[in-house]
Amino acid sequence: MKKIPQSVYYAIFTGLFGWLLVVSFNSSKRKPDSVGELFTDLSWLNNWPKWLDTPLMKWINDGWKVFIAEYGLIFDAIGYGLLRGYTELKQIIVQAPWPVVIIAVIAITYFSSGRKVGTTVFVGICTFFIGFLNPRFWDKAIETTTMVVLGIAICVIIGIPIGIAMARNEKVRNAILPILDLMQVIPAFCYLIPGIILFGLGAIPAIISIFIYACPPLIRLTDLGIRLVDKEVIEAAESFGASRRQKLWGVQMPLALPNIMQGINQCTMMALAMVVIASMIGTRGLGDEVLLGLQQLNVGAAIEAGLAIVLLAIVLDRMTQAYGEKIQERNQPVKKK
Amino acid sequence: MSKIEINNIYKIFGPTPGTVLENVKAGATKEEVLDQTGHTVGLDNVSISIEEGETFVCMGLSGSGKSTLIRHINRLIDPTDGEVFVSGQNVLDLSPEELLEFRKKNMSMVFQRFGLFPHKTVIENVAYGLEIQQIELEQRNKTAMDQIDAVGLSGFEDQYPSQLSGGMQQRVGLARALATNPEILLMDEAFSALDPLIRSDMQGQLIELQSQLKKTIVFITHDLDESLKLGDHIGILNGGRLVQVGTPEEILLNPADDYVSSFVGDVNRARVLKARAVMTKKDDTHNGKEIAHRANENDTLEELLPIILGTRSLIEVVDNSGNPLGYISDREASRLLSKS
Repeated sequence: MKKIPQSVYYAIFTGLFGWLLVVSFNSSKRKPDSVGELFTDLSWLNNWPKWLDTPLMKWINDGWKVFIAEYGLIFDAIGYGLLRGYTELKQIIVQAPWPVVIIAVIAITYFSSGRKVGTTVFVGICTFFIGFLNPRFWDKAIETTTMVVLGIAICVIIGIPIGIAMARNEKVRNAILPILDLMQVIPAFCYLIPGIILFGLGAIPAIISIFIYACPPLIRLTDLGIRLVDKEVIEAAESFGASRRQKLWGVQMPLALPNIMQGINQCTMMALAMVVIASMIGTRGLGDEVLLGLQQLNVGAAIEAGLAIVLLAIVLDRMTQAYGEKIQERNQPVKKK
Repeated sequence: MSKIEINNIYKIFGPTPGTVLENVKAGATKEEVLDQTGHTVGLDNVSISIEEGETFVCMGLSGSGKSTLIRHINRLIDPTDGEVFVSGQNVLDLSPEELLEFRKKNMSMVFQRFGLFPHKTVIENVAYGLEIQQIELEQRNKTAMDQIDAVGLSGFEDQYPSQLSGGMQQRVGLARALATNPEILLMDEAFSALDPLIRSDMQGQLIELQSQLKKTIVFITHDLDESLKLGDHIGILNGGRLVQVGTPEEILLNPADDYVSSFVGDVNRARVLKARAVMTKKDDTHNGKEIAHRANENDTLEELLPIILGTRSLIEVVDNSGNPLGYISDREASRLLSKS
């Protein structure tokens, strides 16, 4: 394959920029009467001229309309599916008697942490205190947890394969990295509102927002974890004739698992943060309580709800973290003698 | 044809190796190339042929290209130019699938920092090559256990590598390499990370294993003593170029250039030189002289010296079946032990 010389790229970019200038000028309502005027009247160099304005907003709005008309149904279907899952999962936990839920949490922590009693007792007490702070919080915490769990599930299902693809292919990584930057930097409200249009109010846009907000660290850590696996260990696998798939599932993934678990842990924490923000678009749950407290200038209520979120964060953090630590202990790098 | 043939290999690291290749072929040195083009010359016109069943030691300091060279044999690295033949098969012609098959069947590798899988137990590590070949669990565990026994690690099979000492870890590495019963064993500075006592222990173990198995071994090291001890032939690399190839005796007695001489200067010759290399060939002048001792051709001069010094008379050198080959007197001994 012949390589395209750098100058061709420069020419293409310059051309695109020129085209954008012309389009901006032509589509502007406040452009001067003729192009010639620009050279006689130089006042436009003073303040940023009104006509030097890409019509990006108009394009996005037009595109958005077409997008909704064409693909709205797909999003309805996704939203409906998610809503079914969310409602049913929530119902199961809400209807279970609260002591059963606490015991379940304790049991999960006990086994995922490798039978550490300290962690388990601590998590049990934290879980109890969520309801103990305010009985109303118990069901709300379950709603929030369900959203977080569903959000993380989507992150894992989509994020880990993307992370693997990035680690295996330089080009994919170069393409995905800017998207991840965009996802992390763009303010949450920019996608909360389109979320409402696509999915309606409630839990679903919150879950989608969790995905956008919390997925990048998981993708990054998956990518990093796989690339950090000792090169000699990879060479060892290759020297025995391991195929790419055997290498990935037999060596790279197990050794990257502590990093991936860290990614899921990060994902969980960010998901909780997003649930609070999402309460602004009418998502119920603990975030809703914080918002309510603030709106009524009831400092006590807001802080009480805030504490409940912290407790929930501790519980989820301990449960995911403990599992990661358990794997890490076994996967200690080979001691150098 | 030899078991492994490497013909005129060039390896250049950098963004566009192809453009630099002509330069290097025309004789530009490593430093010049790095200066002018920013490319690193890994290997510069290296040709080696390795016979079946021998131990070939490739020696050089770090950065001399020895680890790069060994990775060409199983094509973990592709050369910029040149040919590699293993058992008459051109390795560079293999398709990706054929290459995987080739690696499974023909050779395995032992690494400097062991390259063990930290998430697998010892037995799972040893059985890895067989797992890749999709051999049934029971069969591969049986084979793996045999190898673990052979390297003396029975009882440790369910431990994780991080629970073992360095020497034990490398024995796991060795067992793993032998478990697939390969014809060729590639050992990349296999003993360099071990402390001296364990290292010499492992060298002994390798020599013993090799006397039974007769594999073709390519051994990389930066330690001349190690190469003299293990190698049937030694290749010395300097800055990506092959400086000298020969038997340990040839390297010791006729170093090709100053670089090699500076290496061999500090070596205890008596420990390396075998009776075969020291003796004068059997001829008529020796007839009728008194013979004090009969030595095997593979005995080292170090073992014979006390006898030579004690008796001041001739030592007869015989081969394994007892036929006389030649004689050693104090004259030969003193000539070869004096430095240059």
